[in-house]
Amino acid sequence: MTAVIATQGLGKKYGRRWALTDCTLDIPAGRVVGLVGPNGAGKTTLLNLAVGQLLPTAGSIEVLGGSPAASPAQLAKVGFVAQETPTYAGLSVADHLRLGARLNPGWDDALARDRIEWLGLDPRQRAGKLSGGQRAQLALTLGIAKRPELLILDEPVAALDPLARREFLQGLMEAVAEHELSVVLSSHLVSDLERVCDYLVVLVDSRVRVAGEVEELLASHHRLTGARRDPATLPADQHVVSASHTDRQTTLLVRTSSPIYDPAWAVGQVGLEDLVLAYMGRPAHTADSSRNERPALQVHSSEVHR
Amino acid sequence: MIWLTWRQFRASAAMIAAALAVLAAVLGLTGPGLADDYTTGIASCTTASGGCEDFLSRFFGDHQSVFLAVTAVVLVLPALIGLFWGAPLITRELEAGTHRLVWNQTITRTRWLAVKLVLPGLAAITAAGLGTLAVTWWSGPLDKAAENFPRMAPMQFDARGIVPIGYAAFAFILGVTVGMLVRRTLPAMALTLAVFVAVQVAMPLVVRPHLIPPVRSNVEITASNLDGLSSAGGPFRVETTGPAGAWVLSSHTVDASGRAVETVPLTPSSGPCAAGGPPEQSIATCLAEIKRLGYRQQMTYQPASRFWAFQWYETGIYAALALGLAGFSFWRIRRRLS
Repeated sequence: MTAVIATQGLGKKYGRRWALTDCTLDIPAGRVVGLVGPNGAGKTTLLNLAVGQLLPTAGSIEVLGGSPAASPAQLAKVGFVAQETPTYAGLSVADHLRLGARLNPGWDDALARDRIEWLGLDPRQRAGKLSGGQRAQLALTLGIAKRPELLILDEPVAALDPLARREFLQGLMEAVAEHELSVVLSSHLVSDLERVCDYLVVLVDSRVRVAGEVEELLASHHRLTGARRDPATLPADQHVVSASHTDRQTTLLVRTSSPIYDPAWAVGQVGLEDLVLAYMGRPAHTADSSRNERPALQVHSSEVHR
Repeated sequence: MIWLTWRQFRASAAMIAAALAVLAAVLGLTGPGLADDYTTGIASCTTASGGCEDFLSRFFGDHQSVFLAVTAVVLVLPALIGLFWGAPLITRELEAGTHRLVWNQTITRTRWLAVKLVLPGLAAITAAGLGTLAVTWWSGPLDKAAENFPRMAPMQFDARGIVPIGYAAFAFILGVTVGMLVRRTLPAMALTLAVFVAVQVAMPLVVRPHLIPPVRSNVEITASNLDGLSSAGGPFRVETTGPAGAWVLSSHTVDASGRAVETVPLTPSSGPCAAGGPPEQSIATCLAEIKRLGYRQQMTYQPASRFWAFQWYETGIYAALALGLAGFSFWRIRRRLS
């Protein structure tokens, strides 16, 4: 199956600041992908690159095998619900459906009308008068009724109250089940994504920290609790994601594909939220430390050879 | 896309259309009366002894304020189009974030922009065309009477013929382009106005006089071309008028050797130009003396016959500017704008 989003060394620079650096991803089709990271991590940049709203500064990106927004055919395949779910304040709900019908050859009018009715929206109501939740639902309706293969949503629930959040995500999941959509949605809250996503990408400080199937991630991460010790003494195939120490005790979150037999550790399962928080909490310099050491070693070895 | 563009455009279109309708109503009601006054006035003055000069200046004086107001409307219309149709066209989408909604429908940005430019652009051209047509028709008699505002002179030239169409097209696309660069409606409107006014001032001052090399003439100062002799007690300064309907670019007195001079060495206190006696006679004596001393008037001007050539050239220049800006905005929306 082709990847819905495949990126290679993708980067985007605004002025002097890199909003996204060296991003290499291969997201399989048929998943609900959660893109999670703190505010300003580069989530919106990545999604805007995926829909062709932005052009990359470095690297390449392919969405459903094509270049983003390059042609009407490509645009038809990808639906996008942008951040803050923009709608035309002066146009009515019915006008928005008409807009969708006029601008999308694959428009599913029955689906759009049913959804508006199910939501209880008045078609004559101006979009500017809708509540945040209703507006988000209208934007989602436009995205779904276009009948895309991939639906991308940028922080769709960030501005919604808990009830509207749940309703929105529920509506999204129903559409996914019904139309076999691939979905990529971003959030800075794991709890939003936990119930809906089966694939996770964690973005911190403009870099991808971890990406993979949620089940695999949960299976390969463990919480180790034991007497205080230095994390550097762990076997080579156990990567420490986070470590915390008290006077007597050490708690580690490690990633490993092999089972852990060390009897010194009490091995526990990790929840998705804890897992993501561990990656988010990890300071950037620890992640880069191996990178920083390498040049020093190279200089040293070349001196030896001389 | 045409539907959406129209749906978004119709409110601002209605505003300009209403303004044009008011203008058309005023012109339609007063136009026939104005033309009648002119015809009857001319008919009676050609048979009278004093000629038509008195009638023409009275006729123009009576209607001058309306004439100027109507001319001003045609001058201001393109600026309004640039401000209220051009500048908000893209900025409104950028400010509300709706560009992110519409660019993700099954329509490329290029096509989206093309429709958004063509529909209001054609409306701008039509509005300006109707405006100038109505005003040109209405002020026909006044244009003939308006000696101080020849058809070639900047204010009249700008409000007649086909140039207002070029101005409107340019102002519209200028507003769109500035909006794309500035991204905020109010600053974009302010900047559009500033740039448009600067271009409109620069055109008659810097560019238009040289579209065709002006005619140079060196003529004798006679009673028929004399506009006035002025003096602040000292030597006279000579003012002359150009050929009928011409746009005089420069006019100065030269002495027998061809050198430009400010004044002629004659004063109102003594000599042939001294005040006193019947005016016609003293003017004739004075002019004869000026002629004897070898003074002539040197002028450069654009004759009235070049009116349409200039109209086409200038419309062409503005059309080229508009196309250039349109090309830039297409490039910008594809490569840079997000």
